[in-house]
Amino acid sequence: MRIARLLHHALSDLITRIRAINHHYAVPRLAMSPAVRWSLLALRVYLLLLVVLLGYKFATLVAH
Amino acid sequence: MNPITQLYYRFRRNLKAFRLYLVLSGPGLVVMIADNDAGGITTYAATGAKYQYHLIWFLLVLIPVAYYVQEMTVRLGAVTKRGHAEAIFDGFGALWGWFSLIDLILVDWLTLVTEFVGMTAALGIFGVPAWATVAGVCVLMGVIVVNGRYWTWEKIAMVFCVVNLIYIPGAFMVQPRLSDILGQGLIPNFPGGFNGELFFFMMANIGTTIAPWMLFFQQSSVVDKGMKEKDIPWGRADTLIGSVFTVVVAVFIVIVTGTVLNGVEITDAAQAASVLMDRDRWLGTFLAIGLFDAGLLGAICISLASSWAFGEIFGWAHSLNNKIREAPAFYINYFITLVSAGLVVLIPGAPLVLITLFVQVVAVTLLPAALVFLILLLNDRTTMGEYANTRTQNIVCGSIVGVIIVLSTLYAVSTLFPSLFG
Repeated sequence: MRIARLLHHALSDLITRIRAINHHYAVPRLAMSPAVRWSLLALRVYLLLLVVLLGYKFATLVAH
Repeated sequence: MNPITQLYYRFRRNLKAFRLYLVLSGPGLVVMIADNDAGGITTYAATGAKYQYHLIWFLLVLIPVAYYVQEMTVRLGAVTKRGHAEAIFDGFGALWGWFSLIDLILVDWLTLVTEFVGMTAALGIFGVPAWATVAGVCVLMGVIVVNGRYWTWEKIAMVFCVVNLIYIPGAFMVQPRLSDILGQGLIPNFPGGFNGELFFFMMANIGTTIAPWMLFFQQSSVVDKGMKEKDIPWGRADTLIGSVFTVVVAVFIVIVTGTVLNGVEITDAAQAASVLMDRDRWLGTFLAIGLFDAGLLGAICISLASSWAFGEIFGWAHSLNNKIREAPAFYINYFITLVSAGLVVLIPGAPLVLITLFVQVVAVTLLPAALVFLILLLNDRTTMGEYANTRTQNIVCGSIVGVIIVLSTLYAVSTLFPSLFG
């Protein structure tokens, strides 16, 4: 019971802290110039493709 | 002033500069030599065994590549006084920040597992059981960090860097023909034509030269050391010397395996050490010690990179200058990362080969992002001022980053789909 309470306390403390971090860094400080915007967009596309590729690999592994 | 007095003053000036360098050196040297970790040693050993000295020129090309990328972290750390994780959160917001942090923690942990695989295999050659290696390494690494001083930690790490040079006498022991090394190695060539296998080896060599944790580690290390803008030239020198050292060590490993194991299929460095042990006991011992040291040095840096990053974001005290009671979360994180990675190696039937392959794939999700963020942050003139990237630096670093992203991606893809490149 005491362990459960401690765990609950630690978890809620962690969530509060994560919320505070999200709030603190909610607005990117870097000016969103066209170069920055394009770079971030390219990065998103790149990561998306990588995720699709990983998904495909996983699916073929499961199929075999 | 007579010539002798002039000479004396010049000597004193150089001595003073050298002493200052010794004080300020560290992050660049340690990160670069730690780059020759267990995975790196395997890659270089396999490269030498497969292509003898033919790819030495390619390794030399990697000196400026490593230098230009890591030098940016020195400037960013010294000017902003922030680690790379914190700089990403601050510059690009929480979403990209969490992506980078979680990815870093995952890739660091997986890489740490591979370091333990290397260390246990290396000491296994001498009959040391895996559990003893894991326990010994955890205790040793605990002792190194708990002294409560960054300076002491750094100098101990530099001792391990010196051990990494063990491959140099090893190369002299195998008595390679200098004319072969110069003739085959220094002239750019593609042995057997530019085919899929050669491309894979070249990508693997690039992949081991620039790893995501290196960016995070060096920037945090520069901040923890307390380097300021005026120290940037020393940081640059340190990084340059480190990048030369790391490639020199790689070249000597290639020379050893290229001379003695030419034509032997190498799957990991411990296997190379075992084969060498049968041919020359001392040489095999050198390779095994070098592999253990490489794994240890990699583990020291990687576990710290994670703990620093966590500390920066969660606002915990996160300096090696803090005692355990002053920064408990920082040290708990360090030990949990370390011990959990070590325990994985001890699990019977753990998918260690899969983990080793998975590292490359996960790393490639973080590396491009971390490199792009680095370039963008270095172009933020409001923060960086006179230390922002110049046009030339942008062209050079941008090209290097572009090539690294393409090649490391192809490397990861070829790891996922081995038949893709023939």
